[in-house]
Amino acid sequence: MDILSTVDRNKYKKDRVILHSDCNGFYASVECLHNPQLRDKPVAVSGDAENRHGIILAKNEIAKKYNVKTGEAIWQAKQKCPELVTLPPHFELYKRFSKMARRIYSDYTDRIENFGLDEAWLDLTNSIDNDGYKTALEIKSRIKEELGITVSIGVSFNKIFAKFGSDYKKPDAVTCITRENYKDIVWNSPAGDLLYVGRATGNKLNRIGIYTIGDIANASPDILRKLLGKWGDLIYGFANGFDSSPVAHMDENIEVKSIGNSTTTPRDMKTFDDVKVVMYVLCDSVCRRMREQGFMAKTVGISIRDNELNSFTRQCTLESYTCLTKDITQSAFSLFKRSYKMQRPLRSIGVSVTDFVHDNIPHQISFLQDEERLMQNEKLDKTLDVLKKRFGNYIVRPAVLLNDRGLSSFNPKDDHVIHPVGYL
Amino acid sequence: MKKYIKVNATFDCDGNLLPEYIYWDEDRKYPIDKITDIRYAASLKAGGAGIRYTCMILGKERFLFLEENRWFVDTRENK
Repeated sequence: MDILSTVDRNKYKKDRVILHSDCNGFYASVECLHNPQLRDKPVAVSGDAENRHGIILAKNEIAKKYNVKTGEAIWQAKQKCPELVTLPPHFELYKRFSKMARRIYSDYTDRIENFGLDEAWLDLTNSIDNDGYKTALEIKSRIKEELGITVSIGVSFNKIFAKFGSDYKKPDAVTCITRENYKDIVWNSPAGDLLYVGRATGNKLNRIGIYTIGDIANASPDILRKLLGKWGDLIYGFANGFDSSPVAHMDENIEVKSIGNSTTTPRDMKTFDDVKVVMYVLCDSVCRRMREQGFMAKTVGISIRDNELNSFTRQCTLESYTCLTKDITQSAFSLFKRSYKMQRPLRSIGVSVTDFVHDNIPHQISFLQDEERLMQNEKLDKTLDVLKKRFGNYIVRPAVLLNDRGLSSFNPKDDHVIHPVGYL
Repeated sequence: MKKYIKVNATFDCDGNLLPEYIYWDEDRKYPIDKITDIRYAASLKAGGAGIRYTCMILGKERFLFLEENRWFVDTRENK
């Protein structure tokens, strides 16, 4: 099938005006604003090394010159840049600045879609003044003046190229990607610069001689589909500028598709008992969040990373939808036991639930399950939720968590207030 | 240097929050004679961002910042 024939040309008659605004080195910029004495030094915001969360979360422009990369360990960054100043993150402060940026965006349009704390798409198509470039310059200078940090903004006719534009020139810049220039700018860039072409996909594409975004755009969709499945069609469309996904309205709640928590433990988990302790804490947080949203799930997933950083994920489907902590914990732990025999100590584990239905839908009572017990457990979970909400996370806990307080004394529900987002 | 200070402020009938006096080291209290500008702004000198009130105090122009629920002044105030 020729994918071009499936594109609804009418949709593209009137081009949209989309902006993508990206705060440069967001966490580090906010820290540098609040610490004037650090502004001429290489600065990075990093996790806590003592709890083995010691990776670089963001860096300022000076640190960037030393080739310090987001995601690398602090010691690696310090090898490249010995005088690097590392600071702990202050997420509440970053959330406040994110809100302040959003307030500025909302002066121009009500179609604002956040992508994490530091990025947002704006759709100006139906705004009174829809000159994208002029508005981008104004937003850029207002953010500098009012927030004291810099942004780079991409202006284009779809979300993908707008995001590409904000990455193209940094920091403190505006890039316009138009129908006239996108072949020169976008198509000549490496394939990896396109959203959803990561390292693994990039390598696959390289193997068949696709190196640039232009190569993707001019490749046969059939070949891409054979190589990458449905993602092949997706990136083919992205590369050709066919993306017509809307920018969400600022009041829209993005549909939740999965809920998960993971943690890197202060010491390696060596036994099943260690894993059990951590899994109880993670499942408790996941299930409480799920109940808060009013969901029940049918699929439980776990992610595992050992001390040599090999990682994998496994998932299983449950017999019926549930939001009970006990059921989810048991399923996650038995899935873990089936999937891993503790060949090597573990560094981090994660639990997630997907495949939701709302908890108020009628459901078929089963002959084979003890429904009375399920109802009792539901009551118990709800009571525990209220207790924890009123008196704090540690007011009531399963006795198993007292075995190793070093492993169990973390609160994934409230400590991790910033959850990752996906584009799709 | 960023210095958080005590401020006397009132809400007017329209709901605007207007500072009236600033306290310097508890015992010294200065009236704000006039507010000439109110806008969102960052202070690169002090290190922070919020609502900036441009105030006339003792005949001189001073910036007073409201950062969430705390007031601070930038380095010129601190000299």
